[in-house]
Amino acid sequence: MNFTVDKNGFYGSFGGAYIPEMLFPNVEELKEKYLNIMHEESFIEEYNNLLKDYVGRPTPLYFAKRLSEHFKANIYLKREDLCHTGAHKINNTLGQILLAKRLGKRRIIAETGAGQHGVATATVCALLGFDCIVYMGEIDMERQKPNVERMKMLGAQVVPATSGSKTLKDATNEAIRDWINNPADTHYIIGSVVGPHPYPDMVARFQSIISKEIREQLKEKTGSENPDYVIACVGGGSNAAGAFYHYLNESNVKLVAVEAAGMGIDSGYSAATTFLGKPGVLHGSKTLLMQTEDGQIVEAHSISAGLDYPGIGPIHSHLFETGRAEFLAITDKEAFKSAVLLSKLEGIIPALESSHAIASLAKLNLKPSDTVVVNLSGRGDKDLMTYITRKEEFLKD
Amino acid sequence: MDTKIQLKNRLTTAFSENQKPLLNIYFTAGYPALDDTLPVLRALQKSGVDMVEIGMPFSDPLADGPVIQRSSEIALENGMTIKGLFQQIKDMRKEIHIPVLLMGYINPVLRYGVEKFCEDAAAVGVDGVIIPDLPVREYIEDYEEIFQRNNLSNIFLVTPHTSPERLKLIDEHATGFIYAVSTDSTTGNTKDIRQQEAYFSKLKTSGLKNPLMIGFNVRDKESFCFAADYANGAIIGSAFVKAITGSKNLEKDIDVFIRSIR
Repeated sequence: MNFTVDKNGFYGSFGGAYIPEMLFPNVEELKEKYLNIMHEESFIEEYNNLLKDYVGRPTPLYFAKRLSEHFKANIYLKREDLCHTGAHKINNTLGQILLAKRLGKRRIIAETGAGQHGVATATVCALLGFDCIVYMGEIDMERQKPNVERMKMLGAQVVPATSGSKTLKDATNEAIRDWINNPADTHYIIGSVVGPHPYPDMVARFQSIISKEIREQLKEKTGSENPDYVIACVGGGSNAAGAFYHYLNESNVKLVAVEAAGMGIDSGYSAATTFLGKPGVLHGSKTLLMQTEDGQIVEAHSISAGLDYPGIGPIHSHLFETGRAEFLAITDKEAFKSAVLLSKLEGIIPALESSHAIASLAKLNLKPSDTVVVNLSGRGDKDLMTYITRKEEFLKD
Repeated sequence: MDTKIQLKNRLTTAFSENQKPLLNIYFTAGYPALDDTLPVLRALQKSGVDMVEIGMPFSDPLADGPVIQRSSEIALENGMTIKGLFQQIKDMRKEIHIPVLLMGYINPVLRYGVEKFCEDAAAVGVDGVIIPDLPVREYIEDYEEIFQRNNLSNIFLVTPHTSPERLKLIDEHATGFIYAVSTDSTTGNTKDIRQQEAYFSKLKTSGLKNPLMIGFNVRDKESFCFAADYANGAIIGSAFVKAITGSKNLEKDIDVFIRSIR
């Protein structure tokens, strides 16, 4: 079984490049060049140096002793929350901006939901002195004010997406429209393993540093590169793609992808795409999507702004369809409680996204001998307002 | 290898029988009100429009500017669906003789089923389909045979940056006409198409086997005439949708708009 992309940009029946002709030259240029650029010695050197000195890699693989006692298994946390800007997102934005530099494109656009990818993009644009325009849903701009201010402080222009549901999916539409209108000087830094080929593969490769490090660090700590489980949350799925990447062909390593059930899978307020979605095309690729019978995309809901996307990356649709990864859905409440649990047991306040991955530990039949790696994709600072304002509601029983 | 497909439908006939520049108008199905689809179509024919594109609204129209986005949003709120559209136009051929194309994004068509979509479109008398996010390769490998079997033209887009090799490939597989996007833009932008003379001239002299229609940012008599000099005609979308937005008398407003073009 092959879990990486084929020459036409497909993972099994998912992926491809379903784009209007206006985007064809840009996407084609990227497709022709991305692998060559990523394999250039000078690129690798510049990227690795910045990952080390600027991002703060390698991030630790931390044995969570009290969490392990709680769940009766050997649990390690991959500390992506310790990356510069507070999440794994910068692994990708740093790689893409170095690529944009080599493509001669100095105007950068991005979409953002919670603002984490927007901040990570604004950060690397400041680092290289490039223009940065971030599209963000009008509703998300209100919900995530501190991140809007961070982006502005970093010199980015934040443009509200006022169409449709005014959230991440619409911000993505606006970014794509910008690219159609400015094809010559602009590179679009997509924040997840979504979009037309080669984006899903390119972003997965930039994020694959996560599992590369996990293998080395786990070997050092346990003598084996392979855990029994690797667990990650999935919105679009970039941190999961990175955490799974070097384990895709290790069939004895169970991969667990955790989606946001929101207020419950059947509540009408959910983002559990593999439970609710059907194959379709959005933002340039064929993948599982939450949609109506008529093929209109429906709005996703999650307490975590980074998970409320109505689709998943095509690689994840393929992992789901082939059964290579197990998909679980965690509710807002379960995620919230797990954030509190991890804070109290380990002194680590996780992002709400990552809390979904933590919550899944209770749903797996873990054995005391099991070694489990949870990808802690981001830190919880950005969610503090949610933790303050919704405490009563979620912790009362 | 000559793979040029010979279809004969109202669309191909329109090009072989007409010398004057053809005016093609886009409008969104189910807009302004759900049941306006057929009245708008009727009024367009009456005003002398040569062909129409009926937009099938989608929640995420990423090639469209604000005007068509908004009309799509309202049409969806009105309850417009592909199934509903086929119902609305099921008897149109009793009164509509101009070519009718359907334009929309791939996802609703996939959900409907491409084969069933083509069969149902053909059954109500649709002549062609424009799906901007259906890639050329997928069309050729998966759907070309279905389109041909149903005598439906598939309209490809080309842009100022489409390479000569790709233009040739598209010309080989095009049926009906080739849709030249005037500028690097989404629909209804403010870019001036008069700066595109070099690109239009190149298209005009490139020896295409298919008729050529220019669209995107064609909005008034001046831009229509300019575009028509280089092609078989031009397509107006956003400006027309804007003209019927808030209309109290569709037939009159449509007539006034079309008369302002020619």
